[in-house]
Amino acid sequence: MPVISYIDAVTLALKEEMERDARVFILGEDVGVRGGVFRATAGLYEQFGEKRVLDTPLTESAIVGVAIGAAAYGMRPVAEIQFADFIMPAVNQIVSEAAKLRYRSNGAWNCPLVIRAPYGGGVHGALYHSQSVEKIFAGVPGLKIVMPSTPYDVKGLLKAAIRDEDPVLFFEHKRCYRLIKEEVPEEDYTIPIGKAEVKREGTDVTVISYGLTLHFALKAAEELAEEGISVHVLDLRTLIPLDKEAVIEAVAKTGKVLIIHEDNLTGGFAGEVAAVIAEEAFFELDAPIRRLCGPDVPAMPYSPPLEKEFMPSPEKIAKAIRELAEF
Amino acid sequence: MATDILMPQLGESVTEGTIAKWLKKPGDKVAKYEPICEVETDKVTAEVPSTISGTLTEILVNEGETVEVGKRIARIAEEGAVEEKTLAREEENTEEAAKEETHAEVAEDQSMKHRYSPAVLRLAQENGIDLTNIQGTGKGGRITRKDVLRVIEEGKGIQPAVTEPVEEKQALQREGNKGAPEPSRAESQIPDKPKAKPSGVVLEEGDIEVPVSGVRRTIAERMVMSKHEAPHAWLMMEADVTGLVELRNRLKEEFKQREGVSLTFVPFFIKAVVDSLKEFPYLNSVWAGDKIILKKRINISLAVATEDALFVPVIHDADEKSILGLAKEVHRLAKKTREGKLELNDLQGGTFTVNNTGAFGSIASSPIINYPQAAILSFESIVKRPVVKEDAIAIRDQINLCMSIDHRILDGLMAGKFLKRVKERLEAFGPDTQI
Repeated sequence: MPVISYIDAVTLALKEEMERDARVFILGEDVGVRGGVFRATAGLYEQFGEKRVLDTPLTESAIVGVAIGAAAYGMRPVAEIQFADFIMPAVNQIVSEAAKLRYRSNGAWNCPLVIRAPYGGGVHGALYHSQSVEKIFAGVPGLKIVMPSTPYDVKGLLKAAIRDEDPVLFFEHKRCYRLIKEEVPEEDYTIPIGKAEVKREGTDVTVISYGLTLHFALKAAEELAEEGISVHVLDLRTLIPLDKEAVIEAVAKTGKVLIIHEDNLTGGFAGEVAAVIAEEAFFELDAPIRRLCGPDVPAMPYSPPLEKEFMPSPEKIAKAIRELAEF
Repeated sequence: MATDILMPQLGESVTEGTIAKWLKKPGDKVAKYEPICEVETDKVTAEVPSTISGTLTEILVNEGETVEVGKRIARIAEEGAVEEKTLAREEENTEEAAKEETHAEVAEDQSMKHRYSPAVLRLAQENGIDLTNIQGTGKGGRITRKDVLRVIEEGKGIQPAVTEPVEEKQALQREGNKGAPEPSRAESQIPDKPKAKPSGVVLEEGDIEVPVSGVRRTIAERMVMSKHEAPHAWLMMEADVTGLVELRNRLKEEFKQREGVSLTFVPFFIKAVVDSLKEFPYLNSVWAGDKIILKKRINISLAVATEDALFVPVIHDADEKSILGLAKEVHRLAKKTREGKLELNDLQGGTFTVNNTGAFGSIASSPIINYPQAAILSFESIVKRPVVKEDAIAIRDQINLCMSIDHRILDGLMAGKFLKRVKERLEAFGPDTQI
């Protein structure tokens, strides 16, 4: 099995799905001739041509609107929003159209659409190239939200998203793009949407996370193992639908829970996970549920020390886990 | 000074870089902003400039090697590098020392011993485990889920959480002591060995074990907390209450007939306290960590003892009541306490405690503050004593007022001024005072 990076897994999944299904096409800003600003669609324009890899104007509402129309018509569009920060002009299309199409047509129409968007900070991207936007969509029924953390999961989940009959938001952490590498099978496989995965077994503290912070948690767990603290790490992989069973099972392993994400604390997805735990796993709890999230400030600061302050880190996570372990 | 040169971030998604070529070698002088090496990423190739002027002392990453953004790739030295190292080491040492100190503190703190998490309670209930037998390893002595799981796994210390007849337990304990010749057998068979551990008390023949009731435990916890948290200071004053005694003697028959409750000294005590609290709001306050809260309402907690417990029901807004109103309230609360009918509301909101220790003959006491209040005042027995009055010896009714204060909130001076006002008020009562 070749070792490939997170972003290579994106490209590979797109390529394989386009080869497999002629209805799959890509549209977005600079996805064609340029191959994407992050190079996620590199080589696809050359292989599949301009009719299946569309360079669009800088109009996110149109990118998603066109994709919704095509999806309703039977195509399998994969729309790229260059940075998740720029998804805002398309929110009306996503929330009012894509999410509701199946429901309002009583199942007569559906919207098999994938919207890919790189999100997250820690890359000196400052205000408009660092945002995490998942909480904006997490409360909108009709949307699935997938946020993988590893190349293996990226390939399997992106393929599953493209084959899904309903709209899927596929958020890729841009810091993971070239940081995370692992062996990925060359053959075709999918990973079911809505299934979390235990990425590390442990007995003292349970950490629930996704995306980049999951890797920070694994790194912290590695260090803490030397101190004799055993950390159980659950990767949600899919936020919506949430794998409640896996969450409760992970909580039951230790009774102490730390939920981590980079998105802001207030209204962040950790609150929903905490609520599920409080409602359905109360008698498993051995300590107050803790959250480690981005602070409630309007955006990622440009100043490097302030960005560091904003971002969760293995050190901050280790500290929080240690406190829980000692509790 | 030596400065680290780090692998720079060369693009938003770039997390690592490869050293393509070193432009300087160790020993070379470099000027600030002068390129020292070339770095290649999958997006760009760029030169890395020096951040200071000095001498390149060390190259840490060879040509062709790939390292993460932020990793040290070289060191550039100025003068004074040695000093810095020593300094850093010293800092480390103090940090370690500080760590050790906190550890020692944590070991002694038992404040969380009876805070049980849902998981701990469930496991204890499902497995019939008496949590009082378990030594907690969590913060503040808290019993963790793991502690309970360990006990379940070891199969020790398990006993019906409900109740085992006391006699049976005693017998078992005694047997254990008698079985001294074969200690190994005795040890492995006595299931409640952990229980003896915390107290360290040895049971001898004829001793009776009395299980601690919930109320007793609460009293114990609150007393310990108060003594532990609040630094107590104590002072006593003597008051001449001859006038008050005469007043009460004159009124008590008629009062009892008219109002249906006895007229005791307690309402007079409370009245004197309440009026004085208005002059000294700091006595009617609560310690809240980073601030002192001066309470607006004056709610007097009144210590009422029953045979086996102590309760402190509260007279709310005592400053709005007359002697008659206070007398009725004291009567009502004392009755409810003795009948065991106190409601939660009767026990909440106290801001200052009055203790009538004279009722059982005490002439001096050092009460424990009703935490988190600022002070507690004991009224001792009224006794006839020969005292010097206007240079002659006189027989007077004397009372001792004993007060404990939280020295974090109050100092002796203010406490003394307050107590003096209480004394003056008590002494101001005369046979003809209107109530």
